[in-house]
Amino acid sequence: MNQIAIEEEHGHVVPYSTFVKVWGLLLALTLLLTFVSKVFHEALSVIAMLTITPLKAGLVFYYFMHLKFEGPLLKAMLFVALSTLVVFIGMLFLDISFR
Amino acid sequence: MSSPGAHAPAVHRDYGGAKIAMWLFLFTEIILFGGLFILYSAYRSKYPHEFHAAGNELNFVIGVINTLVLLTSSLSMALSISAIQQGKRRQSMLLLAVTVVLGAVFLVNKYFEWMAKFHHGIYPNSPELLQRPPGEVLFFGLYFTMTGLHALHVIAGMIILSIMLALLARERIRQDDYIKLENGGLYWHLVDVIWIFLLPLFYLAA
Repeated sequence: MNQIAIEEEHGHVVPYSTFVKVWGLLLALTLLLTFVSKVFHEALSVIAMLTITPLKAGLVFYYFMHLKFEGPLLKAMLFVALSTLVVFIGMLFLDISFR
Repeated sequence: MSSPGAHAPAVHRDYGGAKIAMWLFLFTEIILFGGLFILYSAYRSKYPHEFHAAGNELNFVIGVINTLVLLTSSLSMALSISAIQQGKRRQSMLLLAVTVVLGAVFLVNKYFEWMAKFHHGIYPNSPELLQRPPGEVLFFGLYFTMTGLHALHVIAGMIILSIMLALLARERIRQDDYIKLENGGLYWHLVDVIWIFLLPLFYLAA
C-alpha cells in the first residue's frame, strides 16, 4: 500500500513534537499579548490584540484541528463561514461609523 | 437458511462525511459566539469608558492562567488522537483523561473568579450593579453571559470526552476507527478558540 492510501485509511499522523512546538508558541503568544496590553500604550495593545489573537486561533485551527491536512472542500467551507462573520462585523462598524 | 446476503454486511465508514458534519455544527457555534462578539463590539464602541473601567475590575491573572490551562488541554487532546492513530490505546486514554481534568481545573478557577465577583455584590441584576452607569451594567451582563455560555460548552466538552474515554476503554474507538475521538477533539479545540477571543475582550482590554 502506498503512503497516500495509508493516509486515506488512517488519517495523517502528526508527530508529538509538532504539537508540543505549536503549544509552546501559543503559550509564548499569550504571554506576549498579556505583556503588551498591560505595559504599553493602548493603541499598541489594540494592534497586538487584533494580530496575535487571530494568529493564535489560526494555529489551533491549522494544527490542533488538523486543517493543514484537510482537503480544499473543508477549507473552503470554513472560509465561507468565517467570511460571513467578517461581513457582519464589517456591517456593524459601518453602521456605527455613519450613524 | 444460508443465503448469499446473510453474511455480515461490509462495514461502511465515511470519515470525510462525519468530519464535514462536525465542522458544519462548529460553524453554528462560531456564528453563535460571533453574534455575541458583535454585540460586545457595538456596546463597547458606545460606552468605551465604562467598559474600560469595568474591565479593570476583572482579575486578568486568573484569565491568563485559564488560557494556559485550556491551551494545555488542547495539546493533550491533539496528542491523544495522535496516540490512538499509532495504536497506543493506554497513552491515548491517559492523555484524554488529562484533557478532562484540565477542563475541570478551568471550571474551578472560573468558580472562584465568579464567587469573588458575587462577594463584591456584582451579579446580574444585583442592587450594587444597577446603581452603576448603564455601560458597566452592560459590560458585566456580557461578561456573565459570554463566559457563562463558554463554561457550559466546557462542561459539554468534558461530558463528550468522558464518553470518548469510555469508548476507548471498550475498544469501540480503535486505531482503525477513531473518528468519534477526532470529532470530540474538534469540539474541544473550538471551545479553546472561543476562549482565546474572550481573554483579550474581557481581561486584557482594560
